[in-house]
Amino acid sequence: MILELNNTLKMAKNTKLLTDPINLNNPITIQVLGICSALAITVKLEPAIVMSIAVLFVMAFANVIISLLRNTIPSRIRIIVQLVVIAALVILVDQVLKAYVYDVSKQLSVFVGLIITNCIIMGRLEAFALGNKPWESFLDGVGNAGGYAIILIIVAAIRELLGSGTLTLPGLGEVHVLTWLVENTGYENNGLMILPPMALIVVGIIIWVQRAKTRELIEEN
Amino acid sequence: MQDYLNLFVKSIFVENMVFAFFLGMCSYLAVSKTVKTAMGLGIAVIFVLVITVPVDWLLNEYILKKGALDWLIGEKAAEVDLSFLSFIMFIAVIASMVQLVEMIVEKFAPALYSSLGIFLPLIAVNCAILGGSLFMQERELASVGEATVYGLGSGVGWLIAIIGIAAIREKIRYSAVPAPLRGLGITFIATGLMGIAFMTFMGIKL
Repeated sequence: MILELNNTLKMAKNTKLLTDPINLNNPITIQVLGICSALAITVKLEPAIVMSIAVLFVMAFANVIISLLRNTIPSRIRIIVQLVVIAALVILVDQVLKAYVYDVSKQLSVFVGLIITNCIIMGRLEAFALGNKPWESFLDGVGNAGGYAIILIIVAAIRELLGSGTLTLPGLGEVHVLTWLVENTGYENNGLMILPPMALIVVGIIIWVQRAKTRELIEEN
Repeated sequence: MQDYLNLFVKSIFVENMVFAFFLGMCSYLAVSKTVKTAMGLGIAVIFVLVITVPVDWLLNEYILKKGALDWLIGEKAAEVDLSFLSFIMFIAVIASMVQLVEMIVEKFAPALYSSLGIFLPLIAVNCAILGGSLFMQERELASVGEATVYGLGSGVGWLIAIIGIAAIREKIRYSAVPAPLRGLGITFIATGLMGIAFMTFMGIKL
């Protein structure tokens, strides 16, 4: 019976690793990591989806590799080891993207390379993978990448919908969603949404909504 | 000279690292609570950019580009394209430069060193630094001089941005910000508004 209790506790802890980063410990809105790419590539929906998948891959496997090596890395050079592991994975992802989805990788341009300096990956490696077992680290990586993906997709959907009236889905291309409004009511697309500053303001509003709903996340003055 | 000035002003205002490309946002948001620390970090970022962008340009020009190795192995180099190694090599240059800057700051300005804390070594993973080198590579800048000017301009742009938001945050503490927006939320919105203000520079042609 102790074994069963132990197992259920472990499973509950592991599910927490997957669900916490979606809302309570979201990497972008709470931990303030990974902001750069979250803002820059959310002009259209498809690059945001592709970037989320790329970050998911890099995070999950970087976490596993560093967790497997955690007892053999000397503390003085651990940042360099982490950077090398992440850089190798990102080179892999970059080559795969260039091979299979070339036009999206052109839209992402330098931001695929910037996954290396994406603070979420380094942040989770330092905070979690260096002190935990590989399976938990894998789950933590997947959870945080999921939290990152949700914010990216929400911001991209809002910006593209209001900014160009379309939603670019992978495989389907540009889907014109607001055609009825455009043709019948004189509705004009809000060009400001496509420009960088609105990404910041949309994320600010998401933070507002999130903290208003979950009151314990409000910062003390 | 005209080109250099053009590039310099463009990289500070029109293509500001923070407002146009959102590079370096994590440390930008984390270190901007007071103007003093913001100034210290900004100057460290300028220093690192001014050195790493030209060094990476030299690396790119003489080792990484397609056909770049002709000074070493002659005609066989025309097919050799090492640019897939750029990420690792740029990061290696940046990490060593940041280690150097950290040692210099610790020796000559220990107060700044302790107030910056963990964020000084974190400049190594500051996307603004790697982004500077990657943009330099993507835009195929023509010479070491242009690369240096670009690095200097990007750094100065980042400094202006972080000092601006630090000054705003210091004052906003005394305003009646709605509770859920306190701290991070209002900083995002303020940065967005600053970004809209910087967009006025988009039409400048020197």
